[in-house]
Amino acid sequence: MTLLKVENLTKRFGSLIAVADVSMVVEPGEIRAVIGPNGAGKTTFFNMISGFLTPSTGRILFDGKDISRVPASQRVKIGMARTFQITEVFPELTVRDNLQIAVEASAGYGLSVILNEEAREEVHADVSELLELSGLTDRADRLVGELSHGDQRTAEIMMALALKPRLLLLDEPTAGMGDQETFDIAKLIRKLHRQQNLSIVLIEHDMRIVFNLADRIMVLAEGRMLAEGTPKDIAANEAVQKAYLGTAG
Amino acid sequence: MTNNGSLTRYAPSVIGWIVLVSLPEWINAVGYTDLGSRVVILGLAAMALNFLLGHTGVLSFGHAAYFGLGAYGAGLTLRYLAPSTGLAILVGTGIGTFAAMLIGPLIIRLRGVYFAMVTIAFGQIFYFIAFRWNTVTGGDDGLTNWTRQPINLGFATIDLKDPVAFYYLTLVVFAVATAIMAKLLASPFGRSLLAIRENERRALFLGIPVNLRIWLSWTVSCGFVSIAGAMYALLNNFVDPRALHWSQSGTFVIMAVLGGMRSFWGPLIGSAIYVVLQDYLSSRTSNWMSLVGLVFVLVVLFFPRGVLGMLGRRSAT
Repeated sequence: MTLLKVENLTKRFGSLIAVADVSMVVEPGEIRAVIGPNGAGKTTFFNMISGFLTPSTGRILFDGKDISRVPASQRVKIGMARTFQITEVFPELTVRDNLQIAVEASAGYGLSVILNEEAREEVHADVSELLELSGLTDRADRLVGELSHGDQRTAEIMMALALKPRLLLLDEPTAGMGDQETFDIAKLIRKLHRQQNLSIVLIEHDMRIVFNLADRIMVLAEGRMLAEGTPKDIAANEAVQKAYLGTAG
Repeated sequence: MTNNGSLTRYAPSVIGWIVLVSLPEWINAVGYTDLGSRVVILGLAAMALNFLLGHTGVLSFGHAAYFGLGAYGAGLTLRYLAPSTGLAILVGTGIGTFAAMLIGPLIIRLRGVYFAMVTIAFGQIFYFIAFRWNTVTGGDDGLTNWTRQPINLGFATIDLKDPVAFYYLTLVVFAVATAIMAKLLASPFGRSLLAIRENERRALFLGIPVNLRIWLSWTVSCGFVSIAGAMYALLNNFVDPRALHWSQSGTFVIMAVLGGMRSFWGPLIGSAIYVVLQDYLSSRTSNWMSLVGLVFVLVVLFFPRGVLGMLGRRSAT
């Protein structure tokens, strides 16, 4: 069954049409990349899927249900989690606290003042597992704001993962990173995808990452869908090469 | 570090409590016990404000409204309802908390300076009601002709006329209130508030209902401020509209910032500095406020994390 189905999504800001009539289908377990030049509407498209913006027209179906008007915090509960282009973490708290807040929010303990032993152990185990998975265990008690850019981004991805999403939305996960960090994040994404059976939609500028990770690629340009297909199709697509890749071959 | 950790972590609190409990022993000069009560009561108010300001990241400039409602609630109860100190505290706290709970939904959508401005506006409404409603509140002259009553515990009666006895009542209320606040902050609920302080957008995308949490934090914060207000009225056996005035809210903010917004006990230190400075300077010059202001500016410039923040992160929650 299709996990995410986007139908004819359009977003207008006054007279500017940021996203025009874009449709997309994401199957369970798929990694989908959304690429396009700056200003193509990628982030706007993303923001509508995650609930940060409301579409002007069009529908978003998640698991067959129309969620076009469902607020962002509710979309988290049905299995969507996202990261941001500019890393959004809790800088003055430790890595452990960052993850613990995410785990507790996901478990619905946000209003609890007293947790029973069992719940506390469960939270603790979840946090440890996330730390382990991310390789941040040795930095668990440091403030996130003091970590390297790559580690902060890793922490953010793990916070999203703590929500036990079925669909993970990653907005430029390697933006502003060096080669090694980019490689590490790509490795982490692949690992999470394999272990957690996640569907992932990611916006990315680094073509090495896109062609390495994605099962299918969607190309946006000036708010419209230019092309869609497997990495091979996209690499061979002339319109895409003209508009985006800039080189023929 | 770990061996030392628990010692350095708990030592300040232990010393703090010893200082507070033994206070009447060493402040024995006449009248100075009341100064101690003032420090503790205003410290509680500043810590309550800091629940919202330092631990949720929301600046209120209208907490005096609920402080004042607590004070008037207590005063009016003793004057018109019943000669019971316990009932006075309960009614004062109830009125302040209830008012905050009702006003909350009207303001929680606002952020930053807009939130602060609207809290001032609501606060001034209560100020003018107290100021104008002469027949009930005594208007500008304040609410008089009542005193705090002995508390009858059944097996013993505590005569609160004695400043030392009242100081210990204050300290018990303070201890219970701060224990509850500390417990709240160390819980999943408290962590979700810290999350909002740190990054509201991330909190929202973790599925935390941000506005609802801010409403709860606001209500808890104002609730404890109104307890402090009720105790303040009992301390003075008097309430006047200045307890509701926005400048009183400013005093709480100054205390929190002076002592350190990021630390749990910081505002109490801020209250001690403020109250002692005020007491000492105001007997020498009518311009004492400018000197307090100077201290405030120096602390903000050189110790932006406040006095306790300067002493290190270990005293933070």
